[in-house]
Amino acid sequence: MRSRARGCAMIPRPLLIAITVMIVLVIALGVYFRELRLQAHGAEPSAAEALPVMPPASGPTETVALYVASDAAGQLLAQSAQIPMPGGRQQRAEELLRALLRTYQMPGASHSLPPASDIRSIYLVDPGAAVVDLNAAFADQHRSGILVEQLTVNSLVETLAVNVPGIERVKILVDGKSRETLAGHADLTSWFDVTAVEQAGNSR
Amino acid sequence: MPATIDKTLVFLLALLAVLPPATSGGEKQLSVYAPVATYTIPVVERAGHEYVGVLELLEPLGRVSSDASGTRLKIRYNALDAEFEAGRSRSRIHGSDFTLAAPFLIENSRGLVPVASLAALLPRFLGAPVNFHEGARRLFIGELGIRPAFQVESSPQSRLLLNFSAPVNPTISTEPGKVRMVFKRDPVVSPGSQAISFENPIFTQATYSEANGVAEVDVAANIPLLATFSNNGKTITLSPAPTANSPAAAKASASSPPAAPAANPVPRLVAVVDPAHGGSERGAALTDQLAEKDVTLAFARLLRHELELRGFAVVLLRDNDTTVPLDQRAGAANAAKAAVYLGLHAASQGRGVNVYTALLPVEQAAKGPFHPWNSAQAPSLPLSRTVAAAIAAEIVKRQLPVREAPASLRPLNNLLMPAVGLELAPGANGISELGSATYQLQAASAVADALLAVRDHLVSPP
Repeated sequence: MRSRARGCAMIPRPLLIAITVMIVLVIALGVYFRELRLQAHGAEPSAAEALPVMPPASGPTETVALYVASDAAGQLLAQSAQIPMPGGRQQRAEELLRALLRTYQMPGASHSLPPASDIRSIYLVDPGAAVVDLNAAFADQHRSGILVEQLTVNSLVETLAVNVPGIERVKILVDGKSRETLAGHADLTSWFDVTAVEQAGNSR
Repeated sequence: MPATIDKTLVFLLALLAVLPPATSGGEKQLSVYAPVATYTIPVVERAGHEYVGVLELLEPLGRVSSDASGTRLKIRYNALDAEFEAGRSRSRIHGSDFTLAAPFLIENSRGLVPVASLAALLPRFLGAPVNFHEGARRLFIGELGIRPAFQVESSPQSRLLLNFSAPVNPTISTEPGKVRMVFKRDPVVSPGSQAISFENPIFTQATYSEANGVAEVDVAANIPLLATFSNNGKTITLSPAPTANSPAAAKASASSPPAAPAANPVPRLVAVVDPAHGGSERGAALTDQLAEKDVTLAFARLLRHELELRGFAVVLLRDNDTTVPLDQRAGAANAAKAAVYLGLHAASQGRGVNVYTALLPVEQAAKGPFHPWNSAQAPSLPLSRTVAAAIAAEIVKRQLPVREAPASLRPLNNLLMPAVGLELAPGANGISELGSATYQLQAASAVADALLAVRDHLVSPP
């Protein structure tokens, strides 16, 4: 008891008040910054909300046929969509597949793709040949399984072939490079024969 | 032939015929019979003790992972941990000490445990007793023994019936004065007595023996015998072989398949079973605990057993947790001159079984007898579709959902023989069923029945 009384007597009263005020300020600032952080976090859009509200392309709106995979049905289902289509053949192909990807990235999609998946580019390099370059996230985060991978491939190939006349074969690259499989099953080393994919019976 | 005989393997003992011994002379082996798998592993001898690889022993029975560092080997079997140290007999299993009959060994990262310890060691891992015939190196897990029962009939003609409680598939050969039946993969056990004598002018005695991982039943007889299978492989009937000028011989030659040469068993079609993924390539993560590579391997072992019961010779492209490149799988299947290829996969999505044939890529046309590697399957594709349809039909009979589709799935397009990919998806009870031996067996028996149904369409390449 004696030592405590002596300790209190050694700190000047103004200093005690200053220290108390500083502690209160630090706590208040901490609470304030935490609130700011929570507000900022809450303002971040979800993956689905992050999708562009308007397609980035400009041009007249066209009705296109998207061949959308359905995991439940195990096949492709044709859906019509209206999207702005640019003039160039290559740009049209890219916008087409980006529109297809958006359907897979919506909540409750019939066949989901990773939120970060995207089409890097499409090259129409040769009469009848199309090379689709996917980004790394598309393949790295794709679900693994024969059916789900094949549905993705068929959906890309058939949507492209039906809407861009003249495409007979399609090669899929990932991040600019050839890759053995999409996610462990669907073979990406060869060219897909559009006719064979159409005859595969997955589309309706 | 009587109509009740649904499966016939005929051989004639017209002259003295000698087959190679059923077990290869110098190589020691251990056979394990379990509800989930029947398999044989090699036995090595070190310092006067017999050893087997502990991972080879456990892998077919459950999920196994291991971590070797220096002289220590840590093993996780399902949820149970064990630790062994090279050169020491003392080990730790599930938190308890266990003393091996001889020091644990590590050779080329392969952990070896003494065979003499298996009867006590395996129950620690499995949590259930085992029945180990140590002298014969035959290890039984669960109630699996198939006991033969002998029945002699005298009229209308003398014949000896060997009845088994489950289908069997022995290698049958003949020697002067006796018929040998060697059971390599069937858990056949002693009928109760090592030798049974018959009061019959033709059949004199049957003897049972077991050694080096196989069981053998010999029947001594005074005349050449004919062996036939019936009752879905549960009954072997031995009867006097018809002589060349007997009416029975004439009838047999007119109505039954040609008899095999005396020294050779009837040629069997080869089926290649390929459990996808393995080693560092885990395949799909079906659950947090279950990898596709483990399901495919367990499914493959069951399918092998089902196919062998139906008379197929089976080549398994992967029988442990190793990485096998796709080109190597295709090369091995083509080299095996197989009549059919079955690639096995598993998925967490969908229901039932998905059956796939090759979706061939764009390739140049074949030049003469040479086919491009990526479309080598083209000539066999129609037959592949026939096989796929037969499998789908049998799976429907088991009331499982089934889907048939082409898929760009390697190595299907690199194979010369009819080739089908099978993807086992969850059943009615959800994803946990993928690891269930009962569920896998349901699918495996459907696939094996389907191959039996289209057997006449399948031919092994010359």
